[in-house]
Amino acid sequence: MIEQHQSRHSAFQVLTGLLSLPAGARVGIGPLLAALILLAIVLASILAPLYVPYDPLAMNSAARLKPPSEEYLLGTDPYGRDTFSRVMTGGRVSLLIGVGAALVSVAIGLAIGLVAGFFRVADGIIMRIMDSLMAIPAILLAIALVALNGPSLGSVIIAITVPEVPRVVRLVRSVVLSAREEPYVEAAIALGSSMPKILIQHLMPNTMAPLIVQGTYICASAILIEAILSFLGAGVSTEIPTWGNIMAEGRTYFQIKPGLIFWPGLLLSLCILSINLLGDTARDLLDPRMKKREG
Amino acid sequence: MQFKTKDFSEAREVLKVRDLRIGLSGRPQAKPVIDGIDLTIRAGETHCLVGESGSGKSVTSLAAMGLLPKSALEVQSGSITLDDFEITSASHAQMRQLRARRIAMIFQEPMTALNPVLRVGEQIMEVLNMHSDLSQSEAKKRTLDMMDQVHLPDVNRIFSAFPHQLSGGQRQRIMIAMALILDPDLLIADEPTTALDVTTQLQILKLIAEMQERHGTAVLFITHDMGVVAEIADTVTVMQQGKIVERAPIEKLLTKPEKEYTRTLLTAVPNLTPRPARAAASQSEVVRVAGLDMTYGGGGFLRRSEGVKAAQDVSFTIKPGRTLGIVGESGSGKSTVARAIMRLIDPTAGSVNVAGTEIAKLSRRQLRDHRKHLQIVFQDPYRSLNPRWTVARSLCEGPINFGTPREEAMRHAAELMELVDLPRDALDRYPHQFSGGQRQRIAIARAVAMKPDLLVADEAVSALDVSVQAQVLDLLDDIQEKFGVAMLFITHDLRVAAQICDEVLVMQRGQVVEYGPAGDVLANPHHDYTRNLIEAAPGRHWDFANYRALGSATMTTGATA
Repeated sequence: MIEQHQSRHSAFQVLTGLLSLPAGARVGIGPLLAALILLAIVLASILAPLYVPYDPLAMNSAARLKPPSEEYLLGTDPYGRDTFSRVMTGGRVSLLIGVGAALVSVAIGLAIGLVAGFFRVADGIIMRIMDSLMAIPAILLAIALVALNGPSLGSVIIAITVPEVPRVVRLVRSVVLSAREEPYVEAAIALGSSMPKILIQHLMPNTMAPLIVQGTYICASAILIEAILSFLGAGVSTEIPTWGNIMAEGRTYFQIKPGLIFWPGLLLSLCILSINLLGDTARDLLDPRMKKREG
Repeated sequence: MQFKTKDFSEAREVLKVRDLRIGLSGRPQAKPVIDGIDLTIRAGETHCLVGESGSGKSVTSLAAMGLLPKSALEVQSGSITLDDFEITSASHAQMRQLRARRIAMIFQEPMTALNPVLRVGEQIMEVLNMHSDLSQSEAKKRTLDMMDQVHLPDVNRIFSAFPHQLSGGQRQRIMIAMALILDPDLLIADEPTTALDVTTQLQILKLIAEMQERHGTAVLFITHDMGVVAEIADTVTVMQQGKIVERAPIEKLLTKPEKEYTRTLLTAVPNLTPRPARAAASQSEVVRVAGLDMTYGGGGFLRRSEGVKAAQDVSFTIKPGRTLGIVGESGSGKSTVARAIMRLIDPTAGSVNVAGTEIAKLSRRQLRDHRKHLQIVFQDPYRSLNPRWTVARSLCEGPINFGTPREEAMRHAAELMELVDLPRDALDRYPHQFSGGQRQRIAIARAVAMKPDLLVADEAVSALDVSVQAQVLDLLDDIQEKFGVAMLFITHDLRVAAQICDEVLVMQRGQVVEYGPAGDVLANPHHDYTRNLIEAAPGRHWDFANYRALGSATMTTGATA
């Protein structure tokens, strides 16, 4: 019993050591609420096929633009498709795009940023490429990329990722630039550690805290950008419902049937608000200056 | 040694602290940070508050200024009175009136205490504008006069200079001018010379004494340096963990300390008399450095720039088991030499031969095989260990790089922990769970794990409290004896150099001004710069560890001039 307690204690220490979380950090009610809402939306989206009453693509000309009822919980759209089924299923794709874009851009940005931060020769070249990428408006770049690759799920993720990568690279590079001046990195050089080892074992962990925060922001903005792309008709094809294209299709009937935009819009807003709030909380917890204030 | 002996019992009591208790805000049950201290400072008196880090000396001074960080610390009981005015219950507006006019403070780091975007003259004038109704021209006249009093050269030019354009000593003079321009009754000086070079420190100490003489100010001087205390104090209070250990006139404290802790503090002060040189473990030289040059910058694409010559033509040798000290003030190039020898930077010219291999021109890849021959211990123990790694992982990093199996490296790490007097079970802990001194031991263990031929210690004890410093110096000594390693010891502190070095090399502005056996260089310096350095060392005539003056027999005429 005691041993178990000790091992759990050290596991906690490893975790706090890894994220350099202050011991006994306290989280307010807001972030807790955000986490619960997000968890509910994610679970509901993932499990959607198990409980939605209709096929989200099945059209029914007899039930067009029905108001909410027991049969159709949120009513139906102009093609007689069940709005509830469509919104819940659409969340899966939106969330997948959000998480996918965040993971891919963080992974690529981390690799490029580490190299740029540590090797001076590569730095100049890489950063100028990143600068030129940043100079193109993100939405425009995404639309161009989707137009090139066709409107598939993968191409939307790529289209959202490419404009995000330069931001991640800048972030990682700045962390590496300051961390490489630390005496413990010099000590590692003196101990004969190879460059890849120093890069991965000493420098990379420093970038984790800011990357987690940046990742949540990317996730939120990716969901939003996907919705914008779909709304503009440059997103995922309409056979796959997403919050964005549900709203895009609903906009013609907005005045007679506002629910078509309201419900996906509500979930989208809740989702993005929650993710951003959690990101802010993570930033505050992981910020060393905040840590000092609490410690 | 001439101590100040003036009797102040007749003088007016300027600051009275009675049974002061300061604790963590909102937690009256927690152990207080300041636990019932009494202080009395009289007009014209210099009262030194000494103690190691965490003893509460800075908290005491902040409380006197009414500057306690409200969210963290609060006065729980007791009183602080400045000429019958109670500070602990004063309002913000009252304190604002009090500060600068009646009570002023100077800080350790004048660069951060001054506003970097305002001209220094305007910053001094601002104090006058806020607290007096002098006209602009009168205020400027008074400011220039004050700047003259603190012996700043060319006051009209410096008046319109920005802080970064001045030297550390000049900035501290500006701070003093700012503090004293309204002629306060009490001046609080919190480690005002700690960040300065030793020769500058001497000038600032003299200046504070002179200003005090002229204005009759009471001075509360906070320091950890017993040498400084011996130079300037009338009375001394020794603090430990928020409590007062001992209070006495300076001469009595240094000759007949009553409390054990005071004695520990005094005994730990290294002696300025060099220790006798030790025999080398072997006659062959393990380190040979010849004509080492390091120029930063230079080159340039279109126009050749000069560059900064940080080290020029540095040559020396070290035998196994011996220690060479490189001594100099900031900017003398001593750390540059250490880093060039470690090949953390690439020297511009010259040769570095360690254990029979010429390493100055090796490529990074070739160099890695030779890294194990030379190791370094850095100044700041808080930054030289990776905070995310356990001690065990840090200790094993080097040996594993050179092909030692993990189990064997771990076993060796446990032995090393014992060598540096730390418990074996501390291996699984993280650096933040150790004190500064313990961390420095770990950093030393990590270097020793490689069984190097040369150990470079770059200001390795400068960040430590004096008693911890003594222990770490002893540890380095033991390790040297056990392994016969050659040591290159970089320091700005002559006392430390005198205690650990067999030979000393004095550097000034990148050049070697003197090089020879420690006994010769420190006791009988030939170069003016070395002589200035030694003469500026505070309390240099006093043998703190033995509570007596240094006998004239040990200090030869050259040093006592």
